[in-house]
Parts: sequence; C-alpha cells; structure tokens
Amino acid sequence: MYTRRNRKWLGLMAMLAVLALAAGACGSDGEAADDGLFRIAVVAPSASNDLAFTQSMVDAVHALDGVDVIDITDGTFIVDDAAAAVRGYAKDGYDLVIAHGSQYGGSLQEIAKDFPDTAFAWGTSNDTFGLDNVSAYTAASDQGGYVMGAMAAAMTSSGVVGVIGPIAVGDAKLYVDGFVNGAAAQDPSVTVNVNYIESFSDVALAAEAAEGHIANGADILTGTAQMVVGATGVAAENGAKWFGTQSNQTALGEDMVVASQVYKWEKALQGIVNGVKNGDLGGGSHTINLENGGIVIEFNDGVDAGDARAIGEGLIADIKARMVDTGA
Amino acid sequence: MTDFFTMASLVFVVGSGIRLATPFLLAGLGETIGQRSGVLNLGVDGVMLLGAFGAYWTILETGRPVAGVSVGLGVGLVMGVVYGVVTVTLRAEQGVSGIGIFLFGLGMSDLLFQKKVGTPLPIRGFGEWHVPVLSRIPKVGEMFFQHSVLVYLAFLLVPLVAFLLNRTTFGLNVRAVGENPAAADSLGVSVARVRYTTILLANGLAGLAGAVLAIELGIFQQNLTNGQGFIAIALVYFGAWRPIGVMGGALLFGMVSATVLQWKTLGLVSGATSSLTAMAPAILTIVALVVISRTVGQPAALTRPFDRGL
Amino acid sequence: MPIGAVVAAFLVGGVMLLTLGVNPIRGYGALLDGAFGDVDALADTAIKSMPLLLVGIGICIAFRASVINIGGEGQMIAGAIVSTLVALAVPDVPRLLLVPLVLLGGVVGGAIWGAIPGALKAYSGVNEILSTIMLNIVAVQLMNFLLRDLIMDPYEKDGGRIPQTRRLSHNSDLPLLPGDTRLHIGVLVALAMAVLAWVLLWRTSLGYRLRAVGHSPAAARYAGMPVKRTIVAALTLSGAMCGLAGAILVFGSESHRFVTDGSSVGFTGSAGFNGIVTALFGGLHPLWTIPSSFFFGGLLFGANAMQRAVQVPAALIVALNGLVVVFVVSSDRMRRAVGESLGRGRDPAPHDDVEAQP
Repeated sequence: MYTRRNRKWLGLMAMLAVLALAAGACGSDGEAADDGLFRIAVVAPSASNDLAFTQSMVDAVHALDGVDVIDITDGTFIVDDAAAAVRGYAKDGYDLVIAHGSQYGGSLQEIAKDFPDTAFAWGTSNDTFGLDNVSAYTAASDQGGYVMGAMAAAMTSSGVVGVIGPIAVGDAKLYVDGFVNGAAAQDPSVTVNVNYIESFSDVALAAEAAEGHIANGADILTGTAQMVVGATGVAAENGAKWFGTQSNQTALGEDMVVASQVYKWEKALQGIVNGVKNGDLGGGSHTINLENGGIVIEFNDGVDAGDARAIGEGLIADIKARMVDTGA
Repeated sequence: MTDFFTMASLVFVVGSGIRLATPFLLAGLGETIGQRSGVLNLGVDGVMLLGAFGAYWTILETGRPVAGVSVGLGVGLVMGVVYGVVTVTLRAEQGVSGIGIFLFGLGMSDLLFQKKVGTPLPIRGFGEWHVPVLSRIPKVGEMFFQHSVLVYLAFLLVPLVAFLLNRTTFGLNVRAVGENPAAADSLGVSVARVRYTTILLANGLAGLAGAVLAIELGIFQQNLTNGQGFIAIALVYFGAWRPIGVMGGALLFGMVSATVLQWKTLGLVSGATSSLTAMAPAILTIVALVVISRTVGQPAALTRPFDRGL
Repeated sequence: MPIGAVVAAFLVGGVMLLTLGVNPIRGYGALLDGAFGDVDALADTAIKSMPLLLVGIGICIAFRASVINIGGEGQMIAGAIVSTLVALAVPDVPRLLLVPLVLLGGVVGGAIWGAIPGALKAYSGVNEILSTIMLNIVAVQLMNFLLRDLIMDPYEKDGGRIPQTRRLSHNSDLPLLPGDTRLHIGVLVALAMAVLAWVLLWRTSLGYRLRAVGHSPAAARYAGMPVKRTIVAALTLSGAMCGLAGAILVFGSESHRFVTDGSSVGFTGSAGFNGIVTALFGGLHPLWTIPSSFFFGGLLFGANAMQRAVQVPAALIVALNGLVVVFVVSSDRMRRAVGESLGRGRDPAPHDDVEAQP
C-alpha cells in the first residue's frame, strides 16, 4: 500500500504536525493570564455591522465601564461553532462570556455547568436554567413596538401598514405583537399585515415580503432582525416610511426612517459586569425597557412626523409611568 | 383565500414572480451555454456572490449603477478565466473545481464585505422603466412592463442565447464539442477555444446575475444568494438544456415562490405551516420533471475533459 | 505535487492576511494551535471532522457509481429528524439500546432521503443533480416546520418560542470516550463506517456492481447487472451515511437538542458540500477520506480559533478551502487519480477500465 499517493498524505500530515507543534510553542495567546484585566467576549450570529441585532450588542459592550478587553466572534450562525467559541472563551479564562442569540441557549446550558467560575450571559431570554453563573437578558421590545405602532397608525395615509419579521421568537415576537397592539389601540381601522419570513438571514425574502406589503397598499413598513436591510431598500425605493428597531437605523434612509427603538444593552450589562467583579457570577434575569433607559426611542429629525410624534412621546411617558399595557 | 384571487393580488404575484426569476434566469442561461459545450460549472453560486459584492461595493463607492453592473460582469469574466484555466488547460475534474470556486466565492465575498464595508448602506438601482404604451395596458402592463431594465435584459437574452446556440456557427461548434469533442477536433474545431469562450460567457452571466440580485435587493449580505446558484444549475437540467426551457423553469420557480410569499403576507398561512408551503417550489419542480419525464438531452461529453492525446 | 499545491494555497492566504494587516505567522499559528494545539483541540477537530468523513464516505459510494449526490445537506437533516423523533418517542429505553436506535434512525432517515432521488433517477430519468438540490430545500423547510410546531420544546411553546426540541433523553447522549475531552463514540462510528464502506466497495458483489455501473452503465447492463436497482442502492447508501452524520450531530452536540436558525447551513455547517471536497481529496477512497476529513476538519475548526485570536473573519478560511481545492485539483497527480476513480460515466466508447487501487 506504500504508493506515491499514500506518501503524499503522510507528508501532509507530517508537515501539519510539525507546524502545529511549532505554533503551539510560539503562539499561546491568552492562556488564562492572571493580570487583573477584565475580559468580555461576545458570540453573535450575524455581522457586527448589521445595523440590527448583533450591532446593538457590539455597541453596548463598547459603552461599558470597567472593561479592559473586548473580543467579538460574529457571524457564527452555525450553532455548533458558536458553542465551540463560547467554550473556547471560557477555557481561555474570560471573565464574562456573552452568547447573543436565542438559539445558543441549549448549548450554553451545558457549557456553563463545566465552567462554574466563569460568568455567562445570554439573550434574548429570561431563562437562567437555574444556574447561578448564567444571567439572562431580554428587551421589552413590545414597548417600543407599541409606541411606533401607534405612530404608524396615526401617520399612514393609505391605512395599510406592513411588518416583516424573521421567526416568531424572542424579542422579534415581542416587538411585532407590541406594534400590532399599538396600532390597533391608536386606530382600529388601520390594517397591519404581518409576514414572518421564517429566517433570520434571507435578505431576498425580506425584500420580497416588503414588496408584497407595498403591493397591498402599505405606505409604512417596519421589521426586525438582521435580514431587515432587504426590506428597507424596498421601502426606500417606494417612498415608504420606516420604523426601525434594535439599532438606530436612520443611516439606512435619512428621509425615510421616522424613528428607531434602540437597545441600550449596557443598562443591563453594566449591572452584570459590576456583579461579576464583586463575586456574583449571575443567576438573574435582566430586562431593558423604557423605564430603566435600556430602550430609547430615537426620533429622526429629518422626517416630519407631524402629530404622530406628539402621540409617540406621550405614549413613551405613559409606558414609563406604567399606565399602558402593551398586551404582548 | 378569496383575498388571494383578487386582481391586484394576482397581478402582484406575476410581477413578483418575474422579478424573483431574473437572477435564476441569467445564471441558468450562462450555465446552459457552458453545459452545451460539455462543461459543468458547480461554482455558479460563488461567482454570483463575487459579482454581487463587486456591484454592491462599486455602487456604494461611486453611486453609479451602470458601473456596478459592469464590475459584476467583469468579476464573472475574471472567474471565467480562472475556471477555464483549471478545467480546460489543466483538465482538472469539473465537479470538484466548481465546488472549490463556490467555496472561494462564498468566503471571499463575505471576507471583503466584512473588511471593506463599514455600515451596509442600501444602494439605489435602476428604478422601474415603464415600457412606453405597453405598460399602460391595464393589469398586463403592470405585470410585464413595469420592471427594472435588468429584468428586460435578462428575458431578452433568452431568444438571443437560443439564436446563438441554434443558428450560428459558433453555436454549432458549441454543440458539437459538447456531444463529441473528438469528432469536432478532427474537423478542425478548437475544442479548447470553444470551451474557453463558453466558460467566459457562463461565468460572465453568473457574475451579472449576482450583480442584478444585489442591485434589486439594494444591499449585500453574507451568502446573499442563499443557494440560488445551485437552483439555477438544477433549472438547466429542468429546461433540457434549452434556453426557453430554462426560462420556463425559472418562471415556475419564481411564480410559486411569489405565490407562497403572497399567501403569507395576506395571512392565509402563518407560523409553522408557512414552512410547509415554502417547500412548494421545490416539490413542484420535481413533480413537473417527473411528469415531463425527460431522459434525453444531456450533452454526451458533459463533465469530460478533452484530452487531445487520447 | 499536491503538497506544493496546498502550500501555494496557504501562501495566497498569507498574502490575504497581510493585506488585512495581520501577521500571517500569527494568523496561521492561531489556526493550527486552535485545531491541533492541545488534546482538547484535537478532540474538537475530530468532532468537526466526523460529519465530513461520513458525508465523504457517502460520496465515495455514490460517485463511484457515477451518481452525483449534492443532497448531503438534506440527507443529514432527514437523518437528524428521524433520529430525534426516535429519541422523543422512546426516551426511557436504556442507553445501551437507545444510542444504537437513534443512530439507526439517522441511517434510515438519510437512506429514505437518498432513495427518493435514486428512484427518480432510475425509474423516471430525473437527473439527480436536480432532485437532490430540490430535496435539500424540502428538508430544510420540513425541519423548520417540525421544530416550529410538532416537536418544539413544550417549554418554549408558551415562552420564547425558540425553534428547538426539548433536551433530548439523557439515555441518548452519545457516550464520551475515555480521557477528559468532548470526544464521543460518534467518531468511532464514523471510522467504522469508513472501513465498512471499503469492504463494501471492494469485497462485496454489490460494491462490484456499484463500480461497474460507475464505469459504464451500458456494459453493466449488457453483463446482466440490475443497473436501476444499483443506482437506487448507490444513492440510498450515500444518503444513509449522511443521515448518520446528521444524527451524530444532534446527539453529540453541546446542547443535546435539535435546534435550527432557519437555514440548513446553521445546522450542518455546510458539511454536505465540504464532504464532497473531502471525498474527492481522498481519491474517492473511504480509508483515505479519513485523513482528508481530519485535514479539512482542522481547517474549519481552526478558523474559528483564528477569528478569535487575530480578528480575521472565519470567512477567510472558507475562501482558503476553496483555493486549496482548486489548486490541488489542478495539480497533476491528484487530477489523474480522481479522474480514474470517477470513471467515464456515461461514455459508451470503450475505455481501459483502470481500477483505482484500494
């Protein structure tokens, strides 16, 4: 069996082995260095510049106090790869590992048990699995949804509003439910069409869903999750207005985006970070909302929302004062 | 269900179906040309992604859609040269080279996007061009004659490619090389030259298809095509290697997808069941093929590299 | 020489790293360290290689019968679905029995998903490239439907509605191998399959028929072999291997649940495609597919480590994979060996039937 082809493989393996040893000798980065630096790692399913889900977390960790090292692994939509990344960070001695994606929960549940001295956080969810080194975070995105739904119902001239959602899960579902309820409360005669495209990432489908809404008469659109950029392009082309969520999406259209519900995850994370520094590794669930400043509605002054803006601002105040039930 | 069968709804579905079909059509036409000369290109999806990124980035930087389309086409041609060298000159196995190109395109487009583009701003395309007179016909006008220039271009290519393959000397050479390269060679046809040309055309069209996709969506994202390139390859088989057949397949696929989407928008299907309806385009394509039940048509020399010495 | 080709590809990759402002030595060092640097890394690389190996074995069988199976993704999902259903149906069966049962479920699921295009090809003349691609789409949607509805974790139904199953029965966890790593018996199963496939292809009459049909269906038919049944067998076996990979992915995963993000790649990690490359690298020989899968597994797993260490997106490695494939396939020896193995398929003209050596 000792043919030329076999020799090629043996050679390849030998070369790899030598290189691995050499790399191991030179390379060891970050082997649990006990240097007093506070390290955070984030594992997220889409790109850091997606103007949506992942970006909201990336922006947040950079806004934290008392954090020295921030490492991001983005684009890990393959659940097993994300799990490996989380485990890798924990092994490397990071102080707080954030698994940013509801599909990572099952894996985190198992990994966290293996690293009782590492703090973990995951979202969007409120389930800590009963482990005291896991914190959960979620956003009451129904609040912003409610406000913007009401604004949309007030602003629409065609009487039809379109919603493009990913999978009816987590904060996406909360947002959509809040939006629908807010619109109904403001003006029950307005039709709100909801289309969950069943994917977090299919941009083309999101674009077609938006086209569908436009064809059915919508003059205002909204949507959530990272595939939403497909829909915003369609909105721009058709002169529709847009309500954004998760991050400030004004950059997508200065004359199109009315307002964005921006997640300030740092409101929740800062508490977790401070806790970890004091020896409390977690075990609690944190929700960001309008009241604690974790959710902020950022209006785009480039778009004149007329009466709707006053309505919106009024609702924000009411929700903060707990006078409104968003029904989500 | 009555909601769906309103005129407005149906008109939208047809128009949307045409729009969805366009990238499939372009890539499929290119792949048809290549396969008729005996070259299988499994890397279409990767080339589409590179073309899409090239177009997106160009338009982002320069704001000129025409430049974007040209870059997409150009990127495709460059990949065509690479593929030609690998499969014709070096006579490497076509299937695996294609998958290699696919992986390269997938990774490279993603890498460049992440590193070169900061915030993914939307780009504007060509807008709709309403064909004079025809677009004013009620209903029909909306369905067929109010699309982007790129859509018309794609559909115009169908008779062009058919003409090219069936009525020109070049087309004759292509088909000869695809059926029996040895015989063609003995008649003085340069198999290598013909295949290089078809490969350039095929990859150029794939790059163009990617550019069209990015421009129509107005954005780029990792794995923007989501496997559309592979579907386009499948459609070539569905269309029995004839441009009109490929167009039929692309339209079938597009229409069914558009229908399913409209059902979802109207709330006729929701939640989990929408996944079942999303299977529809794929299942229908298979069923259609079984019913039509073609076994003939594949170019005999498909995937076989031609070695003059043998 | 293929090693030269691999080195060339890595050099190109090094240039790419340089243009991104990263020291290639550090970058590759992180890659290799991440993939092979310590025992845990080796274990994780082996785990990452396992689906590549199984899909690759399936490809060896199919391609040698000149059947092009691009349906690996869908077959993996089908296997995962059936095995999950088994675990949900009989969670209390003792582990010694449940583990083989769920793996068998994976085999069955994948086999069905391979038999369909096989039958369509043999009896209706539907080209397998078309049908396998279409069935991939169907499989993803089926997975989404089930995880969204029928087999969704009941805890989730009223809660966050994450599309995943409940934590599957502990009795179905793949047993870990001795040593303190995450390595589980799935790897041993895959290795065993490689050996079985080798035996099948070169020591059984079915294997002989598969290869004969691959070299020339006309000649095989003339010799009285049941060509149609052989084609179906090729795709069924190929699918079965992929289905097994899908099952092992579910039951060897960190979360021990079947979870989706809506796409196929999110679950399979593109093993359906990378497995094809792996097999072709191994010359379509099940035993040589083993080191091939380890090589690619290392690249894929190390990529994530590289991304963590030098902040270069893992996409670079995907591109690099593609380059490696193109370079190696272009280089002389590899090309010749692969060309022989694939045979001349549908060619009616006589060719010297060179048997690729076992």
